[in-house]
Amino acid sequence: MTPMLEIAALEKRFGDTTVLRNIDLKVRRGELVFVIGPSGSGKSTMLRCCNRLEEPTSGSIFIAGRNIMNALSKDLNSLRLQTGMVFQGFHLYPHMSVVRNVMLAQVKALKRGEAEAKARAMDMLDRVGLAHKAEAMPTELSGGQQQRVAIARALALDPKVMLFDEPTSALDPELVGSVLKVMKDLKAQGMTMLVVSHEMGFAREAADRVVFMDGGVVVEQGPPEAIFGNPQHERTRAFLSRVSSHA
Amino acid sequence: MNRFLDTFFAPQVFARYLPEVLAAIWTTLWLGVVVIVAGIAIGLMLACLRAARKWWLTLPIVIFADMLRALPPLVLILLIYFGLPALGITLSGPLVLILVLTAVLAAFAEEIFWAGLTALPRGQWEAGRATGLGFVQVLIFIALPQAVRMGIPSLVNRSLAITKMTALGSVIGVKEILAVSSSAQAVSGSATPLTLAAIAYLVIFLPAVVLARWLERRFTWKV
Amino acid sequence: MPGIIEMFFNLDIMRQSLPLLLGGLWMTLKLCAVVIGLGLVGGLFLSLAATSPRRWLRWPAMAVIDLMRALPPLVLLIFIYSGLPFAGVEMPAFAAVAIAFLLNNSAYYAEVYRAGLQSLPRGQWEAARATGLSMPQTLRHVIIPQAVRNVLPDLLSNTVEVVKLTSLASVVSLAELLYQANMARSVTYNSSPLVLAAAIYLVLLWPMVRLVSRYQRKLSI
Repeated sequence: MTPMLEIAALEKRFGDTTVLRNIDLKVRRGELVFVIGPSGSGKSTMLRCCNRLEEPTSGSIFIAGRNIMNALSKDLNSLRLQTGMVFQGFHLYPHMSVVRNVMLAQVKALKRGEAEAKARAMDMLDRVGLAHKAEAMPTELSGGQQQRVAIARALALDPKVMLFDEPTSALDPELVGSVLKVMKDLKAQGMTMLVVSHEMGFAREAADRVVFMDGGVVVEQGPPEAIFGNPQHERTRAFLSRVSSHA
Repeated sequence: MNRFLDTFFAPQVFARYLPEVLAAIWTTLWLGVVVIVAGIAIGLMLACLRAARKWWLTLPIVIFADMLRALPPLVLILLIYFGLPALGITLSGPLVLILVLTAVLAAFAEEIFWAGLTALPRGQWEAGRATGLGFVQVLIFIALPQAVRMGIPSLVNRSLAITKMTALGSVIGVKEILAVSSSAQAVSGSATPLTLAAIAYLVIFLPAVVLARWLERRFTWKV
Repeated sequence: MPGIIEMFFNLDIMRQSLPLLLGGLWMTLKLCAVVIGLGLVGGLFLSLAATSPRRWLRWPAMAVIDLMRALPPLVLLIFIYSGLPFAGVEMPAFAAVAIAFLLNNSAYYAEVYRAGLQSLPRGQWEAARATGLSMPQTLRHVIIPQAVRNVLPDLLSNTVEVVKLTSLASVVSLAELLYQANMARSVTYNSSPLVLAAAIYLVLLWPMVRLVSRYQRKLSI
């Protein structure tokens, strides 16, 4: 079966510095792949290449078998509808109510009618447990609530893959759990997910596969118990011992 | 004290020129409204064009905005009003006033909107683009509403300052408040028409000043 | 029909009128020095009064500021220059212009300072007073330096406005830059002196305008 997301021979350079080198990665339908690695390892850049927020220097990215690098820039918008992205900083639109945040792209990019978009938005808000906040403004919400709205905003567009870019890094510790729970529910419902995060406990518990990146390359990957229990590479071991000593 | 009242508040002079000044208030008002509407609309348009980040759009916009912010409006008014007829183009006083003040407000408004657009966190653009919205859609539905909101206090202050410049019309024969009361002062040999002018301006602009203060408080506290 | 070059960019006429315009520029600069210098100081005191906790200081200060913001500077100038002589108060054009624009600009500078003063957290006052600084010492060493730094772009932008404002003095025949240029225009029936004056204003103010834009962008990031 074709993977839902496939990254092949991906390279990204900023001027003289190469931040991603020959990355190959497949995410199967319904799989939750977790990317870990030290900061500056290129994991966020890789994620951002998957919807071309960052333009790869070379390589291919397939979503459901279609190479998005072939898409013309005018088709980029419809292509981005196939990937939902959740940012570290939430990036809700502060001038719109929560439900309007979730409706905007449905109406303007997907061309759904107002009523349909609203019904869909309420469904999604309900899924992340925030239907009662539909009319609130983003600034009235806690960080965890804002991030769950951001997830609802992405889900409402029926993406094939969800991309999470350190979704809990900006949150107070006590708010992390609510976001992780939403992600776990998503996984249970069969969503394909690529997650960049430092939540090792969550990786151990929910990930199908863990990818360790360092210095712009994939160092190793495997099931969580293998990566955490018996890492093959020295760099992986060094990183994990550093992280666990902090935790 | 009596002498003071006689000079600045002579009742019969007051009554004699009140109708003319009232008519002039109307002129000042419609000039101001035209300048504000056109100036802000053009400024908004220029900021949007500049957001496309094409150098051949940015360069002329920046030069326009810089020049009109650096030049005293009266220089432009005199140049156009007295200079253009030599080329066979004669524009009426009100038209010259509207052209110059609109251009000046457009220049300032462009800078204000642009400052708002550049102050917007990059994540707002990325969130919009990641959900499949196009450049124009992100600009219209996400970036501009926030840039406008950020710019409202400066925009109100600037509009106020430029609308007050309609008084410059008195130099090129526009029958606005100052022109009418200046000539009334010369004819009547009394300072009372000037008092009338000052009162007229206060009636128009004091509420605007209070509104500006209120907006400022509201919008700076909220963010 | 004479050409644009001849009527607007006539180098001969520009050369002839240059001494006249430079004389005007000197007057403009003197006027700027008085209005900016005194305005910066007057505005500071006005803003301190306007942010004072004492009502009898705050209310009159606010009233003066609002009055000046509502009145077009040209109206104020004409009132002082043409109106006051009726009450027996006569003064030279320079004084009338300086007083009118000083009143106007102190109010604008005061608004800028006020924003700066109000942007400071109360803790700054309390910390300074807690270390035994007196009220004037607190103002001078703690509050004003920070407030000024916070609003430097706005102070600069207002200063640009003052320089532009001085051109209105031409209306009451004060021989500053624009007056001289317009004089030269009416004598030569040629607009080149006005273009030259515009060029001089641009040389003077364009760098400041650029600086304001750059500043504002930096602050907003």
